[in-house]
Order: sequence, then structure tokens, then C-alpha cells
Amino acid sequence: MSSAQIEPLGDCALLIRFGDRISVAVNARALAATAALLQADLPGVREVAPAYASVCVQYDPVVWADPTRQHTPFAHIALHINKLVDNAAFIPTPAMRTGIEIPVRYGGDFGPDLAALAAHAKLTQDAAIARHCAGDYRVAMLGFAPGFPYLLGLDAALHAPRLANPRTRVPTGSVAIGGAQTGIYPRESPGGWQIIGRTPLVLFDSVRDPPALLQPGQHVRFRAINAAEFAELSP
Amino acid sequence: MTIHVLAPGLLSTVQDGGRSGQAALGVGHGGAMDTVALRLANILVGNVENAATLELTLRGPRLRFDSDSLVAVTGADIEAHCGDAALPMWRPLAIRAGSELAFGNVRRGARSYLAVAGGIGIAPVLGSRSSDLNAGLGARALIAGDTLPTEPASRYVAPSLWRELGATPCAATKWSLDPQPWFDSGLRRSIRVIAGSHSPHLDNASQRALFSAEFRIGADSNRVGYRLHGPALALREPLELISEGVMPGTVQLPPGGDPIVLMAEAPTCGGYPRIAQVIGVDLPHLAQHRPGEVLRFAETSLDDAQTRYLERERAMARVARIIAERLRD
Repeated sequence: MSSAQIEPLGDCALLIRFGDRISVAVNARALAATAALLQADLPGVREVAPAYASVCVQYDPVVWADPTRQHTPFAHIALHINKLVDNAAFIPTPAMRTGIEIPVRYGGDFGPDLAALAAHAKLTQDAAIARHCAGDYRVAMLGFAPGFPYLLGLDAALHAPRLANPRTRVPTGSVAIGGAQTGIYPRESPGGWQIIGRTPLVLFDSVRDPPALLQPGQHVRFRAINAAEFAELSP
Repeated sequence: MTIHVLAPGLLSTVQDGGRSGQAALGVGHGGAMDTVALRLANILVGNVENAATLELTLRGPRLRFDSDSLVAVTGADIEAHCGDAALPMWRPLAIRAGSELAFGNVRRGARSYLAVAGGIGIAPVLGSRSSDLNAGLGARALIAGDTLPTEPASRYVAPSLWRELGATPCAATKWSLDPQPWFDSGLRRSIRVIAGSHSPHLDNASQRALFSAEFRIGADSNRVGYRLHGPALALREPLELISEGVMPGTVQLPPGGDPIVLMAEAPTCGGYPRIAQVIGVDLPHLAQHRPGEVLRFAETSLDDAQTRYLERERAMARVARIIAERLRD
């Protein structure tokens, strides 16, 4: 296991990188480092946010100013972080392991790109849906928009290029595929991924606790639903 | 304790120090674009530095205060009147109940900050009262007819100002804060950056251009980011990148070749090459640039950036102490 690389992201943040590819093992190290850093509760640390293969740590350079002036604040905090993350292990909580099921109305108006994506994969639409529902996914990270989950575990047959011309409006709840990634748009926004369906679940609600439906590390499955179920499950 | 919005201005939003501790959920920081002007406006009225203010963009609003209020205006140089009197900036102002504050155009810079003693008291969302227009968090931009509650403020802040107020609608302190170095009325054309993780992947011409060419801020620039138009920048060869953390000040290079500087409403992650990072002390200066203006990047080191950051924070603390002392009179 290669050791983590720490690089500055400007003067108030740094990235701890464990690799440069999307992989379950590398992401587990990022999640482990995140947990270790949150546990350590270092002073002057404003944010600890995991991504696929890295963790972004935002810190206050004033708090990490080295009284001996030997190190920059970056070098000072990097020394502490190195010790913390090297031996961190990812231990999913029971809630992460139990996971969550996301009901999805696939195809038609709710998934306008499903037909093209299935054709690209040389599958029928039903077979593409079955493969998307068969996967055991894990939330690698949240980003792009509040509560937007980037999921690991997409069947290789379903990998699909991003749209040449991104849509200016992707509807709330859209389940989409971009390259090897699958995710869910928490609110209407522009987007370049291929939309295969829509969930009635609310992915992000600022007055709910926790506001994000999914957390990094959590397991996720998809289940196909019909129009009646979609209406019933809609808020 | 209410502020009535009679006319909204071009883009007036409630802004404070932003949201923290939720980047892991994909919640960006947001908050004031010019964080230094925000903090100084609050310091001038005796608030905590990151209290909620109004961020006024290019053309300000018309507001009526229904109770006596202590206010201050910092940041971009903006026309402002209270009745017939032109309002000076960078100092505490006592405003009589019922008075109207009429802001006009921004003369220099892009964003002014109006702090009210006590702070704007709208309900916080995820720990901040700031409007994140891109993420849809917090209040929308102000429209005519809006009312903004303010938190109660102590009458013991600047007591002499209230005695001076008498029957006039407003009174200003004789003393004021020197806008230099906080607001550069010459508008700093040279923005200092640290090389980004992927700048070594730029081709030779692009590496030279990044630190020497002029870039014009695009018309579609906003609180999320500034799109820059200049010589098209290119990588030696395409990079296969996966999403990683980004920050306000991160300069990204999308495939089109026009760099984007992420600003206050930056998302928490991005997958474009990061070719530079605006240093913390220059980000407030960049926030005062408007679409159509031209800037250059000057390269500096992380060491220099952090040294300047610590110097600025020491200077801010000094100013805060001096003003707090003055506000006792």
C-alpha cells in the first residue's frame, strides 16, 4: 500500500491523495482517513471532505502557524495529518452496511437517455434496468451539488459517455450515468450525464437531520418502480 | 427592528461568513465574495466579524429602516444617500428610525457590504444566513417589498454618535477606516496565484501565457466563478482526472481552453485540471473585479501566500481592536 501524498490546495486547504483512479479500495482509504481526521478533531480544521481517491482538508493557517517558524502552516499540519492517516482503517458503520434502497422509475420521460444507453450497451432496456438494479453500490463521495452521491459499483456494461451537449436542466431526482459513474441529481441543475430514470426520494433537505439522504461509505441499491409507486412515494 | 426593501438594486443578497463543516455533504462554503469587506463592515458596527450583512452588486438597493440603526458600508465605492446627505463609507453611521438609505451605482469595484448593528436576523440554513444562489440554500436575492429582520443591538456602541444625531436623519463619525489596503481603488490588475497541481501538464506556450497574458472576465461570470477569456490554454496531452476537492480561488481549465476561477459559491469538488490557486489575501481583491475587466496572474509561492495571510490576519486583529476602542465613545 503506497503512502498518502499530501499537496497544498492554496493557502487554506490541502489534498491527501491515495491514488488517481476510481477504485473501492482506494476510496476506502479516503473514507478511513476522513474518519480518523474527524475523530482526531484537530484544531483549526474547518472541513474534512472525502472524494474518490483523496480527502480535502480546509484549515486555518493562523492556527497552524509554527511558533518556531521552521515550517509553513501547510508543512506543520501535513506532519500531523501524515501520522493520523497512514494507519487509518475503514470500518463501515452498521448503517452504512445495511444500506438504503432507492426506488427508480426507469425510462420514458423520466429516463430520456435509457433507450440510447441500452442500445450503446447492446442490451434491451429491460436488461439495462435489471443490470442497474443488480449492482451493490457504495457512496464514494458527495459533491457537485449538496447531497449529490457519486456511486461506486456500476456494471461495466453500463458505462456510457457523457453527453456532447450537457442539458441546461436536469430534473430533481434524476438517476444518471456519466462514464463509469452513476449518481442522482438532488435538485434541478445543468448536467451532462445520461439520464436513465428518476427517484421520488428527496436526496437533500436543508431542514432534515441529516440533510443528505446518503453518506459517504453507505451502501445503495436501486429498485425499479412503476408510475403508481412513483406517485405514492413522491413527497 | 425591520429593514424594508423599497427597491432591490441589481443583485442584493444576505451574506455572512458562509457555511462550514458540511463540505463532506457537498455543501459549499458560499458567503460574502469580499470576506475582508464583510468583516470590516461588521467590525465598524460592533458585530461579530461574520455576522449577516447585505452584499450589494454594481447597483445598490433603496431601504427604509423602521428603527434607529447603526450601519456601515465597506467594499466597492458606492453612491449612497440618506435624505439629501451623501453617506460616507468605511465608518459607523447612525440612521434615525423611518429614514431611507438610497444606494446608487458602484463607482469602483463590484460589491459593497452594508452591515447593521446586531446583524441581519433571517433564519439560518445549515448554520449560515448567506444566500447560495447556485446551490439553492438560504434566501433568494432581495426583491421590492421584502422585509429583513435585524437582531437587537446595544445602544452603547458609538454612544456619542447618537447624541450627535439630534433631529437629522443620519450622522457619521468624524473618523473613518482607511480603505487601503483593504480595498484597492486602483483595482489590482495583478492577482497572485500559486501554481496548481496540474500546471506542469500545460504546454509550454500555455505555461508562459498563464503568468504573462491578460485575461478578460467573461460576461457570464458570477458568484460561482469567473470565466476568463485570453489566449486559449491547453495541456500537453489530455489528463484523465477524477473528481477532487476544489476551493474558492481554484483556477480550473475546462477542455475549451478558457480558465474558470471558482469564487464564493464554488462547488466542493471538480474534475477539471487545476492550473492555479488564487492566494487567500488576493481573493477579496478579485471579488471586486467585474465582468469585462482585465487581469493578469502573477506566480508566488505557498510560503509567501501563507506569510501574507498571517500578516493580514494580524493587521485585521489590530484594526478590530482599535475600532472596538473607538466605538466606546
